[in-house]
Amino acid sequence: MLEQYAPIVGAGVIDDLRLIAKKLAGRVVRNVNSTAVGGGVAEILNRMVPLCKELGVDARWDVIKGGEQFYAVTKKIHNALHGATQEFSPSDWDLYWQTQELNAAQMDLNADILFIHDPQPAGLIVKKTPGKGRWIWRCHIDLSSPDLAVWNALKPVVERYDASVFSAPAFSQVLSIQQVLISPSIDPLSDKNRDLTQEEVAAICDRLQIPRDRPLITQVSRFDYLKDPVGVIEAFRMVRERIDCRLLLVGGSADDDPEGAKVLAEVRDRAADDPDILILCLPPTSHVEINAIQRASDIIVQKSIREGFGLTVSEALWKGKPVIAGAVGGIPLQITHKHSGILTHSVEGTAYWLKQLLQSPDFARKLGENGREHVRDNFLLTRHLREYLMLFLSLDHPGKDVVYL
Amino acid sequence: MDQSHLPRAKHSFRFFTHVDLTELTGLRARNLREMADILKAVPGSVIYHHTHRFLKQHQYLSPEPPNDFAWWAAEAMQDARLAERLAAVDTVNFKTLRELREKIVAIIEDRMAKRKTAADAPEGMEFHFMKSVSFILPTPYQAGDLREFSEALRKVSVHSIYHHVFEARLRLEHGVNDFSRWLEEELGEMVLAVEIAQLDPYTCTLEGLRSRLITLAENRMIESAESHHA
Repeated sequence: MLEQYAPIVGAGVIDDLRLIAKKLAGRVVRNVNSTAVGGGVAEILNRMVPLCKELGVDARWDVIKGGEQFYAVTKKIHNALHGATQEFSPSDWDLYWQTQELNAAQMDLNADILFIHDPQPAGLIVKKTPGKGRWIWRCHIDLSSPDLAVWNALKPVVERYDASVFSAPAFSQVLSIQQVLISPSIDPLSDKNRDLTQEEVAAICDRLQIPRDRPLITQVSRFDYLKDPVGVIEAFRMVRERIDCRLLLVGGSADDDPEGAKVLAEVRDRAADDPDILILCLPPTSHVEINAIQRASDIIVQKSIREGFGLTVSEALWKGKPVIAGAVGGIPLQITHKHSGILTHSVEGTAYWLKQLLQSPDFARKLGENGREHVRDNFLLTRHLREYLMLFLSLDHPGKDVVYL
Repeated sequence: MDQSHLPRAKHSFRFFTHVDLTELTGLRARNLREMADILKAVPGSVIYHHTHRFLKQHQYLSPEPPNDFAWWAAEAMQDARLAERLAAVDTVNFKTLRELREKIVAIIEDRMAKRKTAADAPEGMEFHFMKSVSFILPTPYQAGDLREFSEALRKVSVHSIYHHVFEARLRLEHGVNDFSRWLEEELGEMVLAVEIAQLDPYTCTLEGLRSRLITLAENRMIESAESHHA
């Protein structure tokens, strides 16, 4: 499986992975999270665990058990760490700790490395025994402005770990333990990102009734105020006064999301009967369709107002497209302004850069090419895997800045 | 071409490669005062990270974006004058991270003295201090003479070239890049060693640097063959 990545990232990258993994041969790395299916963490583990095994690392994956009430509490913890104010009763925390104790008693936590993902199973650290296994807490959450009451309750728990991992610099906190930056990644072999032929792209566009006779500007994101789809429509209208082009907004159906339905209704209202604004609602499994739409677009916009990591930007850059995106969350890690894409802060700025890129196709093409190379070096699964391996090795060399292996 | 005349090294050059992990310090600066104070206190590996991150992450770009400090001065502090001075810090001229740190701090403090106001960066645009942890691993590639050296340069990853040129000179404080040192000490190739030492590797891509190194080595082999036959 690993060999399939060699033509994309180069044989040297795969050689490096094998070289590093040799130093970890046979070690047991036990991942623990809260769900086996659905969600970004499960998606990452589904890809990572088999690749680690292929490299000779004994990677395992367990899921904690908890009742509905437990997950209601951890949802509140999750939201509070994202910055939303939540009401907690003492019984909420009691339930959290009871569930941790119960799982800790039932699970086999023997391993060289315990890799615990997110707050739901963080309390398993109570099972940590000095000299037996090292513990890492992997935070997939945007911790840039947490509810301090909840973070202060969780912080002493996190500080019992040997190391922690965050996805973006802004998510880090002052902690007494090692903090490592590991960004998420995209899989270049997945349906959402694999190469498509021009015929495949054309067939999907025909099926979805997306005309390609004029420059196409696209935003792919759920219908959410934080993705500012209305702002994208406003920017598009400023551009179209001078340049003939089309806008395509692609999102989910929002059937089970009341706020999403409200935003979608507002977007439809703003688009009115403008024939140059296309709104497309696709089911969540439409990975290859999204892939084709991105490849059929001339410019891709991600005008987020707030963002976690914003990995859709890397997905768009991987297609070699010029991307204009809001300078929020993890997006500035993916785009260096005017080198590998464009960062904007307003509707007017987005309109200005849309015009610039539509009128300067050479510059736009160069941004797209640079963006793709930036993703190749920094946001593909192989880099993610390499950094996990380095993280595991770093536990053997605490406090050292240069390590000879 | 017969290259049996090429001198052989007593000690072969072993190519190493490096991979690194970025550690977060949790420290952040909102303004120039905080930036200068933190810069004075952090380990050298923080200075190294922020002056070399772009180079490692944008291997395909030339000219690459400036160091992180210059980028922050331009984008967060909106201070084009400071950004320009920080971008112009010529990393190749510094032999130690201590000297490089002192230069960066001096530029920031000079700017603070000239600026009347002490503005904060907008929320969300604070500077986050990070450091690089380098793991250095041996590769299978070795060279005993100039021909093997040139062949190995074609095969090793750009990370290996990065390690021997950038990391060895500044971070490991070898004073000069590893290639020049070996060529001079083991093969007596003084001129080639100086030519490589005089390259400014900060102004080309890593692939561009690989090509220049190979060209220099091959030119030297041709010269050597010609003088051998003369």
